[in-house]
Amino acid sequence: MKAAPFKYVLAQSLEHCLELLSEHGDEAQLLAGGQSLLPSLALRLSAPALLIDINRVQEISAQPQVTSSVVRLPALTRHADLITSPVVQAYLPLLHRAAPWIAHPGIRNRGTTGGSLALGDPASELPACAVAAGATLILQSKSGGSRRVPARSFYQGMFRNTCGADEMIVAVEFARIDGMQTGFKEVARRRGDYAMVGLAGQARRSGQRLTDVGLSFFAVGDYPVLEAEICQAIEAADTAAQAVTLALDVYEREMQPSADLWCSSQAKKYIGRSVLEDVIHDLFK
Amino acid sequence: MRPRLCGRLAVENAEVFTIYKGEGIGAAVPRVGAKRLVQGQAHYCDDLELPRMVHVCFLRSPYAHARIASIDTAVARAMPGVVSVLTGADLRSHCEPFLGILSHLPGMVSAPQWPLALETARWQGEPVVMIAAQTRALAEDALALVEVDWEPLEPVVDPEAALAQDATAIHPELEKANLAYEARVDRGDFAGEVARSALCLSLNISTTRVTAVTLEPRGVVAKWDAGREELTVWMGTQVPHMMQSVLAKHLRLSENRVRVVGMETGGSFGLKIHAYPDEFAAVMLSRLLGRPVKFIADRLESFSSDVHARAHNARVEIAVSPDHRIRAFGVDGLLGIGAYSKHPRGSVNEVRHVVNLLGAPYQFAALHAHVRVAFQNKTPYGMYRGVGHPIVCLLTEMAVECAARKLKVDPVEFRFKNYRADSDYPAELLSGTKLEALSHEACLRQLVSLMDYPALRKAQAQALADGRYQGIGFATFVENSNHGAATYGRGGAPIAANDGCTVCLQVDGTVLCNSGVTDTGQGTETALTQIVAHTLDLPLSAVRMQLGDTAAAPVSGGNWGSRGTGIAGEAALQASLALKDEVLRCASVLWDVPQGRISLNGGHLVDSIGGQSLGTLAQLCQAAYVRPDLFKSGPIPQFAVTRFYAQREYDGGIYTNGVQASMVEVDIRTGCVSLLKHWIVDDCGVVINPALADEQLRGAIVQGIGQALLEGCLYDDQGQLMNATMAEYLTPMAGEMPDIYVGHVVTPTRSSELGAKGVAEAGITGAIAAVVNAVNDALFPLNGQVTDLPVTPDRILKAIGVIH
Amino acid sequence: MTYLNDLGPGTGLNIELQLNGQPVRAQVSVRQNLGDFLRESQGFKGTHIGCEHGVCGACTVRVDGRAVRSCLSLAVQADAAQVFTIEGLSDDPVVRVLQDSFVNCHAMQCGFCTAGMLLTAAELLQVQPEPSREEVREYLSGNYCRCTGYESIVNAVMDAAQTLRKAGGGER
Repeated sequence: MKAAPFKYVLAQSLEHCLELLSEHGDEAQLLAGGQSLLPSLALRLSAPALLIDINRVQEISAQPQVTSSVVRLPALTRHADLITSPVVQAYLPLLHRAAPWIAHPGIRNRGTTGGSLALGDPASELPACAVAAGATLILQSKSGGSRRVPARSFYQGMFRNTCGADEMIVAVEFARIDGMQTGFKEVARRRGDYAMVGLAGQARRSGQRLTDVGLSFFAVGDYPVLEAEICQAIEAADTAAQAVTLALDVYEREMQPSADLWCSSQAKKYIGRSVLEDVIHDLFK
Repeated sequence: MRPRLCGRLAVENAEVFTIYKGEGIGAAVPRVGAKRLVQGQAHYCDDLELPRMVHVCFLRSPYAHARIASIDTAVARAMPGVVSVLTGADLRSHCEPFLGILSHLPGMVSAPQWPLALETARWQGEPVVMIAAQTRALAEDALALVEVDWEPLEPVVDPEAALAQDATAIHPELEKANLAYEARVDRGDFAGEVARSALCLSLNISTTRVTAVTLEPRGVVAKWDAGREELTVWMGTQVPHMMQSVLAKHLRLSENRVRVVGMETGGSFGLKIHAYPDEFAAVMLSRLLGRPVKFIADRLESFSSDVHARAHNARVEIAVSPDHRIRAFGVDGLLGIGAYSKHPRGSVNEVRHVVNLLGAPYQFAALHAHVRVAFQNKTPYGMYRGVGHPIVCLLTEMAVECAARKLKVDPVEFRFKNYRADSDYPAELLSGTKLEALSHEACLRQLVSLMDYPALRKAQAQALADGRYQGIGFATFVENSNHGAATYGRGGAPIAANDGCTVCLQVDGTVLCNSGVTDTGQGTETALTQIVAHTLDLPLSAVRMQLGDTAAAPVSGGNWGSRGTGIAGEAALQASLALKDEVLRCASVLWDVPQGRISLNGGHLVDSIGGQSLGTLAQLCQAAYVRPDLFKSGPIPQFAVTRFYAQREYDGGIYTNGVQASMVEVDIRTGCVSLLKHWIVDDCGVVINPALADEQLRGAIVQGIGQALLEGCLYDDQGQLMNATMAEYLTPMAGEMPDIYVGHVVTPTRSSELGAKGVAEAGITGAIAAVVNAVNDALFPLNGQVTDLPVTPDRILKAIGVIH
Repeated sequence: MTYLNDLGPGTGLNIELQLNGQPVRAQVSVRQNLGDFLRESQGFKGTHIGCEHGVCGACTVRVDGRAVRSCLSLAVQADAAQVFTIEGLSDDPVVRVLQDSFVNCHAMQCGFCTAGMLLTAAELLQVQPEPSREEVREYLSGNYCRCTGYESIVNAVMDAAQTLRKAGGGER
């Protein structure tokens, strides 16, 4: 399983990188962590003419930054850093909870936030977390400069998003929410596997109730979406138990998970019930 | 046969041998040579690089069934870096085809199999074109340039459909279309027993194809030395001498010009015991090119071209009398073995085991067994650890526990009531299988104590009251080992039933041995070293055991069917004993002391009168080799001895036994199974190294857990394998596996002086049934039962009725 | 053997790295992965290739102090990096203790997964010197072993952790 031949260039800076993308965007792929790209090359599922290695681009390698209103993660933040960074632990508890579920330590040492968000694997954790949290992706290109895209509108299909061929993710921003509640649950038969069903959730505590609820399933559809109706149902509830009842009602009506090789649609739907229930209880803690 | 090792033996109990200075037989010493494994210094096949070596890859059929209308290799051949591109037609005249049948199984058929497909591809993954290039990457690039004109044919995928009247014959020249083999046994009055029974139940049980997924893929490095006219093949293999014979025959060479060197092997479990067409093509290429050739299967091609195993569809029946005695067992089974029966061992042994051993632990009066084996357009079948023993254990023990539950009898009690008594051996089963000595009762007694069974039932009841579903499942297993000639030899397969070992003394008194067995991780090297060292009263460090080189080791059957310790071990023992006799004789002559007074003791020859050392073994060896003039009487010292051993008391093999138990918790919200604990009590006779034996049991148990819960090759209706990656073929990983508690009962075999039986396959043989039984025990309060493997969350949720 | 005869410009690059404590310069084909580079170009066969798609963990090496799957990294990405394979870590105090524990606890059979297990376990003991059995299982959950069933490996890592604690942590 050796990759087909390709050309390789090491991007020296963000500007260099954007230059390369504007010239070769259609036939190039960005090499960040490589934990998904390299298997794809080995299996000859993809055969780009050019690999642009962005691992030495300083501008996207910095530490997570905190301001009074946002937390900004540079694109090359490694999954392992989401576990060890005090900033992430303090200000991005959802990612901190999700990160240990991403694959395995060796993969987390290399895999990046930007890479995971750009790929948007329907079974992966971070895109769902970004959608649940209402994060904003910062994209950049040579022709278009910088633009901000809400994660909730970034994904449009399986492995399809609004990122242009000459564009790349440089960072992702999360709003700082005081009194943030998080919920995260992933069901898999083996630790580190792609989930059978997963759910990322975030909410703001407001007295007895919850507001700004964001929920996004993973491993059930082609791409992560905000479960707006379920979120509204939860916001209307006074207690966790009531929220579960209302949410499950919507869930039963609306949810149609896609089967995978080992798990039928009905099984995913059934398992998703308890996942939703558990995450709601987490949000109300 | 009475043992005569140093007169320090008690045959019946655990302390069979006094352990020599903590290292000899019975000692739980660490692996000899373990250092090489932890320091990255072991040499596996892919590590080998030879000058001018080329790398091979294969264009494989993307279709399960297709006519190969034409192949155009011109562009590929012209690509820089490509050395050769060959098709089946190019190779045909240079070899004999495989034919995987055993002549002592009446009615067994298969079709000739060539190294590369000719005219028709019969399974997805079948090698069709061989490309050799300077690197593997370049060979794979060239692969994309080969043009094949395929005419897809309707694939025959389902075994039942394969045996239907109107099914397409995969091998039109065979008389019975897709029926490869059929066997039937009827003993006693089955219908009458059923009629008189208080309970007769049947289960339709299905298992999915699994594959060994050895971490090291299979492969070969081959070199034809034209000057010396000899072929050397390096490979990770369990059976170097068998490979030597098969290679010689099919490549039309004499065996003394074929050398197979067994390399360090990264796992085999039966996988690397077969003749693979792609490996043979690569070997042939080395002769045609006059250059060394390396072929290492990558993971993708491993999944579709390694042997598959154990996809049975069986209806098992059990009849129980009003007083809870099992009266009859029956099975109607169907197995699909892929497109060819695998050479040279054939692919029908799994059903032979079902016929031979259904209900084996139990006393009963009537047996019905009818098994059919079908060809299909899938990857060919072969041996995978345990072969059919895990299946027949699954069928038997699922039926037994299901019956116990229906009768509201404790499954342990039910078994004790129905076991053949430990005192009732030797025995012959209704199927004709002969058993030397099994110990079901002793094993189950020890197991119940080891697991504190009553406490677990209490814990289970408490969990149920808390709304949690825990289950306890048992499995009594019978597993063959120390095979005799009946397994393969009688069927004409070139597989030695014996093993040979040469033990030599070096000039400095250290010992160099060569055995034809191999060590594919189980520690055979260590066990054999312990046997030799113990016999010669030497530390382990003084003995080197070399394995698996046909140029150095006497012809041997190799390592399979749990025979390494029992058979190769016995050969090593006999050779050491003979060498010891010769050493004592020569010491007697050299130092003029009667032989009966001399003993070997820690490298010294000691006179029992006075207890003085006459001299060291080193001194004796020095004299033996450089001073033959000092040996005044008799022949000069013969300090190299070869002995062969074959087990001839029971041609069908020496069976072993044990019991396992699994405790699980099923999360009924997700259908996921947590493995809480696992226990095994195994009887493999004399245990050479308890630590290594226990680790064999543990590793094999986890493989069984894999088949029970996780593993399976998934096919679509066109015979396409859909999960050929390690992310989608699910194997056990560390996060989910239980700790495993091990106990032993020791019933030595009397067929050898060593008394050792096999242990390598025992773990997997009972684990599948134990875990499935545990899950079904957990689901019993919900009226759920799963009889299709693997037991996935889907199947559990369906069984308890929450999805449909 | 390197892929020097890959076709076309831009397909081969010079790299310089520290490998097992020694400076190394090599010309590599850009498509060659790090595992193949270490084995074929540099002759360090102790790193084993089990799947080539990042699932089995057998190919784990240490790059710039972190455990990394060498089949999921290109050789060119090792430029200016510090790389250790199992051959270069038998002096490492944590790895050496782990090796002894593996031997004494019978934590390997065929040995093919062992280097990857050792590298991953060594990283665990660096981030968590007192792991529970569950934590060991979880950290090793991405390293496939077909032979042992994992229990003896867990025993070995727990044993090594205890040995290192007794020795007062040693140098890391």
